[in-house]
Amino acid sequence: MHPALAVIFLTLFSGGGFGLMALTAIVNDFQIDGGLSPMQTMVAVLLSVLFVTIGMLSSTAHLANPKNAWRAFTRWRTSWLAREGVFAVLYYPFAMLYLVWVFFTGGSADVTGLLLANVAGALGLITIFCQGMIYACLRTIRQWNTPLVPANFYAMGLAIGATVLAALRIATGGPAQTLVGMAVALLAAAAVLKGIYYFWIARPNGPTIRTATGFNRSNVRILDQGHTFGTFLTQEFGHTIPAAKANTIKFLMYLFAFVIPVWALALALSLGLGSLAWLAVVSVFFGIGVERWLFFVEAQHVVNLYHGRQQC
Amino acid sequence: MRLGLVIDLDTCVGCHACAVACKEWNTSGTTAPLTDYDPYGARPSGVWFNRIRHYEVGEYPHNKTINFPMSCMHCENAECVTVCPTGASYKRAEDGIVLVDQNKCMGCNYCSWACPYGARELDRVSGTMKKCTLCIDRIYDREIPEEERQPACVLTCPAHARMFGDLDDPESPVARAVRQRGGYQLMPELNYNPTNHYLPPRVHAPIPTDDLKKKAVRKVKEWVNRVVER
Ligand code: SF4
Ligand code: SF4
Repeated sequence: MHPALAVIFLTLFSGGGFGLMALTAIVNDFQIDGGLSPMQTMVAVLLSVLFVTIGMLSSTAHLANPKNAWRAFTRWRTSWLAREGVFAVLYYPFAMLYLVWVFFTGGSADVTGLLLANVAGALGLITIFCQGMIYACLRTIRQWNTPLVPANFYAMGLAIGATVLAALRIATGGPAQTLVGMAVALLAAAAVLKGIYYFWIARPNGPTIRTATGFNRSNVRILDQGHTFGTFLTQEFGHTIPAAKANTIKFLMYLFAFVIPVWALALALSLGLGSLAWLAVVSVFFGIGVERWLFFVEAQHVVNLYHGRQQC
Repeated sequence: MRLGLVIDLDTCVGCHACAVACKEWNTSGTTAPLTDYDPYGARPSGVWFNRIRHYEVGEYPHNKTINFPMSCMHCENAECVTVCPTGASYKRAEDGIVLVDQNKCMGCNYCSWACPYGARELDRVSGTMKKCTLCIDRIYDREIPEEERQPACVLTCPAHARMFGDLDDPESPVARAVRQRGGYQLMPELNYNPTNHYLPPRVHAPIPTDDLKKKAVRKVKEWVNRVVER
């Protein structure tokens, strides 16, 4: 698949933003590490809204005809893309109300505030599921057509959120032991889950050029694609990546998405260094951005079979 | 009713006439235009509803060239319609034709991801998704003679490799052809249940070639003898 930056940013930033909102609610619910101060809560919610907005805005950049974008909310009965839009929009009023509530009451953990925070967090988590299902429901792309996709989106969204929250705490003061522990645990879980995914998609299966053409008992080779230059189909679906190169990028991805953030958070906690904690945030965004890029480049659509690919 | 095409892989000669006729008709049809990018330049590209590919099937000496036209299959389980968030893509209940409402499409490409057969192409200029309409603006046109109320590709095919009709009616010519010739659907394992069917190449008795050389040698000898006798 063509790795369009607009779509990569959508799930990367909004996933992180929703994860941040959900964890902010949980941390204040259970007063983890004493809970966030009102100021920290406001910054966390603001960052969450900011990330989600970056994601949503960049996704509209992917539309060839954005003037009809408002219609994308209408088919929520059948389309995961429409459901994603509906839940993402529903998240906004609750997140904003929580922000306003904390600002005016000065309390981040009273019943009304927590109710708003938890509803916003839950809506965000539902949106992450819808985002995963946008890809996972496609039977045409076997690398996506697996429940591991929404599971991965969850793990990574929460890991980003936890990293941001821990960094925020270290940078602005207060006990951060448990917050860092939570971030490290979520990062580790996300790394393992992504490993399972890579293991799962490594073995080829699904349609072949034989079932695509119906010549089930013969070898089939392409003689001519029928067009002199590329088409929409080759531009949108033709991307591949050699396995060796993919492995190198995966190694770098693991380094930036998981190893550096864990190391930076741990060090920042023991030294009390805010800047090092923010390095963890930058690194996790970059690493998971690379992961999302690979997610697209490695996805092999079955239409490639008609262009001569033996198997996807 | 379930309108669709039946494509005869036995007789298709791979001339691309159907694709050209399609482009010609539809570029002023209901979802017009079919924009071209750089048509006379070094990198010509553009929107087509119908593309013909060419394959070699089998191993020498039992190999064969197969010309393979593909357009929208007007699937029964049209996931392209299910995934569309705007409702621009729809499947008509009365005849099963899958269409894109150009006034509603936002150009998100999602439906093209859901189509296994590469039937959908985004028009970069209009910003909307385009695809085969089964010439909906021909087949129901009461102004033209009845025998011409067929898709442009079907009318134009010089090899009669394309048939159009109602695959729901077991006695329609298309349904009968599918039954008699063992017509099949592409990638049935994905369960899109495409309406279009493909007829496999007929199995012909092989033309004997073993004694061909001997015969030829004998003929030359006879000719030489005759010449020498004179
Ligand atoms: S061939 Fe593709 S575009 Fe046509 S109905 Fe089937 S899935 Fe939809
Ligand atoms: S490109 Fe248009 S028709 Fe296709 S899914 Fe998006 S809005 Fe629907």
